[in-house]
Amino acid sequence: MNAPTDNAEARELALAGMGASRLRKEDARFIQGKGNYVDDLKLPGMLHMDIVRAPVAHARIKRINKEAALAMPGVHAVLTADDLKPLKLHWMPTLAGDVAAVLADEKVHFQMQEVAIVIADDRYIAADAVEAVEVEYEELPVVLDPFEALKPDAPVLREDLAGKTEGAHGKREHHNHIFTWEAGDKAAADAAFDAAPVKVSQHMYYPRVHPCPLETCGCVANFDPIRGELTTHITSQAPHVVRTVVSLLSGIPESKVRIISPDIGGGFGNKVGIYPGYVCAIVASIVLGRPVKWVEDRIENISSTAFARDYHMDGELAATDDGKILGLRVNVVADHGAFDACADPTKFPAGLFHICSGSYDVPAAHASVKGVYTNKAPGGVAYRCSFRVTEAVYLIERMVDVLAQKLGMDKAEIRAKNFIKKEQFPYTSAFGFEYDSGDYHTALQKVLDAVDYKGLRAEQAAKRADPDSPTLMGIGLVTFTEIVGAGPSKMCDILGVGMFDSCEIRVHPTGSAIARMGTITQGQGHQTTYAQIIATELGIPSEVIQVEEGDTSTAPYGLGTYGSRSTPVAGAAIALAARKIHAKAKKIAAHLLEVNENDLDWEVDRFKLKSDDSKFKTMAEISWAAYNQPPEGLEPGLEAVHYYDPPNFTFPFGIYLCVVDIDRATGETKIRRFYALDDCGTRINPMIIDGQIHGGLTEGFAVAMGQQMPFDAQGNLMGNTLMDYFLPTAVETPKWETDFTVTPSPHHPIGAKGVAESPHVGSIPTFTSAVVDAFSHLGVTHLDMPHSSYRLWKSLRDNGAAL
Amino acid sequence: MAKKLITVTVNGKQHESAVEPRTLLVHYLREELNLTGAHIGCETSHCGACTVDIDGQSVKSCTHLAVQCDGSEVLTVEGLANKGVLHAVQEAFYQEHGLQCGFCTPGMLVRSYRLLQENPNPTEEEIRIGISGNLCRCTGYQNIVKAVQSAARKLQEAATAAA
Repeated sequence: MNAPTDNAEARELALAGMGASRLRKEDARFIQGKGNYVDDLKLPGMLHMDIVRAPVAHARIKRINKEAALAMPGVHAVLTADDLKPLKLHWMPTLAGDVAAVLADEKVHFQMQEVAIVIADDRYIAADAVEAVEVEYEELPVVLDPFEALKPDAPVLREDLAGKTEGAHGKREHHNHIFTWEAGDKAAADAAFDAAPVKVSQHMYYPRVHPCPLETCGCVANFDPIRGELTTHITSQAPHVVRTVVSLLSGIPESKVRIISPDIGGGFGNKVGIYPGYVCAIVASIVLGRPVKWVEDRIENISSTAFARDYHMDGELAATDDGKILGLRVNVVADHGAFDACADPTKFPAGLFHICSGSYDVPAAHASVKGVYTNKAPGGVAYRCSFRVTEAVYLIERMVDVLAQKLGMDKAEIRAKNFIKKEQFPYTSAFGFEYDSGDYHTALQKVLDAVDYKGLRAEQAAKRADPDSPTLMGIGLVTFTEIVGAGPSKMCDILGVGMFDSCEIRVHPTGSAIARMGTITQGQGHQTTYAQIIATELGIPSEVIQVEEGDTSTAPYGLGTYGSRSTPVAGAAIALAARKIHAKAKKIAAHLLEVNENDLDWEVDRFKLKSDDSKFKTMAEISWAAYNQPPEGLEPGLEAVHYYDPPNFTFPFGIYLCVVDIDRATGETKIRRFYALDDCGTRINPMIIDGQIHGGLTEGFAVAMGQQMPFDAQGNLMGNTLMDYFLPTAVETPKWETDFTVTPSPHHPIGAKGVAESPHVGSIPTFTSAVVDAFSHLGVTHLDMPHSSYRLWKSLRDNGAAL
Repeated sequence: MAKKLITVTVNGKQHESAVEPRTLLVHYLREELNLTGAHIGCETSHCGACTVDIDGQSVKSCTHLAVQCDGSEVLTVEGLANKGVLHAVQEAFYQEHGLQCGFCTPGMLVRSYRLLQENPNPTEEEIRIGISGNLCRCTGYQNIVKAVQSAARKLQEAATAAA
């Protein structure tokens, strides 16, 4: 019997589908202390691993004495590179085509490098035993500056690469050179510069920073020697890739390797890589036949797993006298640390840095990135951004400001003049990317109106005219375009695996459903938002849709969650898997109603007869029928899998404006206002989007205003605890104003583009733009981050603006 | 290492345990009592993910010894709800989207719970200062502040209704 026909709008609302600010499904466990993070796991017989790390940045290991540690009660093993050698696991391949030492093999390449591991009954004994391992080092000259590293007589850092003139990304020109990667058309860019009446250039350094999620990295490796099966709970943003790598490294068939990413306490790129700690814990579990837990502490986390940025950039713009950009040239020297372990798609050693022509119609462009080894930790991860997109956006946004300043133009005006116009989309950039959609002019005007831009400029002029003004006022404006959703497998792969993603949906007989995904949430709220997509596609209330991720034994293969790829890639897989089910459901409905499929219309949660509204079958009825009376020739059941290989990236954009007041006596900066307009295409859950934007802006604030990883001359990292490394508290964090426009992606099944990284990518240059703007009337064109009070106080003094 | 006998009341339940004198409270709670709500995010008392309540004060359990709690009453996030009914701060964090990855949440909740006892009607600034010992990397604090404000209102209404 049919349910009473109620109002379609009410039924749609009840689904809590796309567009609803649905409260989060994951919260119930977290607010009651019932999350399931890696360190919460306790297995019978579980041992604890701790790591002996190098106190020096560059040294030969003369001798390691394990005796005292091994003699301690409760210590089961001490392993060094020599112990891993017979297993050929003392080195491992990196995602970037290099190799990295799992445990330092004869030589230490950076401070805090892993030298030996200790396995003990509990974490206290393991920590004691770490202290008891004696390592004798012969120190070598330390190279920390990538420009110094490239000098002919610089010390050889990677002796293991001696004689290798060819790297994974082409020719190596020097013993500390990794690659030189180029994009764009050099001849065209040079010609544009030769002919241009106006040229500007600017050097800028994007400091080495760390994503620093609140949960550090760790794992529990559990090898079952009887079954020959390895199960590892791990803090990974890409569990399926980890399974493949572990299988390749260990020789255990992939079918006997199970990787589980449980709840993850924030990732931000820190949890993409495969770190020596994971490998060692797995080896220890295989060797000892018992579960082994390893969880790094904060100092280890900041020192050794996953730095980001560290780009020395030179930008140049060529333009007409009235500010139309004619050409862009960029040269980057990239400090990759001791091993090239950047997490980028294989073909792109500088990630998607060539999005650096930004939101602008730049006719000719060329970029060159040179990767260099130094005695610093490896990493180069995408810290809350798509691969190297943060660096690219910073570069172009700074350069446009520099050009505006040179020409005496307003920074809003010069942007509007150079924007890719709405009617130019799809637009192919000088670097060859096809931008899917955008409407930059509308978004910019919305922001300028919202903040009364003219009024702000008038206020600034008045302040500048007043020699007694206690503050310098700066207005920052950034109009960024991101490239996310990596990516089309014709361009993007990781270790040869195409960067598709996947979804499997099963609709149960009673009408509820489960979806399993190749991605893994780390706070983004996938369990909530993915269900909303299915709810809208299939008319099943999101409340009864379970979303599971992170277990490689149950979920279909996917490349994971980073680079804002979950919604653009996995979100599309969900929609298309749901549409397969929808198509089958339609056949069943037609069968039940004894009509032709073409006679049916879909409405919210049911198929109804075009000719008679009162005749319909709901998804609940269809689900039941799928399991007991499917039409002849149709398999029972109602489920589908979809692997989505995106045809293109997506290109979210945003317009951010920031007003700062810098205290002329102290250099302290007050963020008076921050207005963030984001366009991420179709919006699935506005509440979650706003939350993601608040978080991303706060991380951007941290990077711009305080984060850095300074080294002393010996290669000691000076900022590897939370005493030194800046994570803003609620007190420093500004209040955020958010806004949006909606320009759907034309090639995405639901038009969504991805959102969570835009605020990080976009806000960082906005802060710099605002800070520099405060000094611009004094002739300052650029100030490097971090814009800490001390550094700004020095700038005030240097420019005669201090009180 | 010789163990010390301690008696601690955790979430209303009394425990007698033999612990090493050097055992940190957070390890005692997580590994002995299997209360894994309090998390470890640093070792310098900065992040506050391990915050619990001891005898009416917010304490970072990663730099507090279990033996220091002998005879004390400890409240963790697991003890906030009462017979399955969420505490107002828990409900408010859910309603206001005051959490994302959830790792800071137990500490944030226990701290907010105590803050609202210390100051039942805090201003926004007082809330921001009051939770400044707890770091969050996901939310930017804006919705956490809203959640604490909302919980304060609910608790005030309940107190008024009871009076």
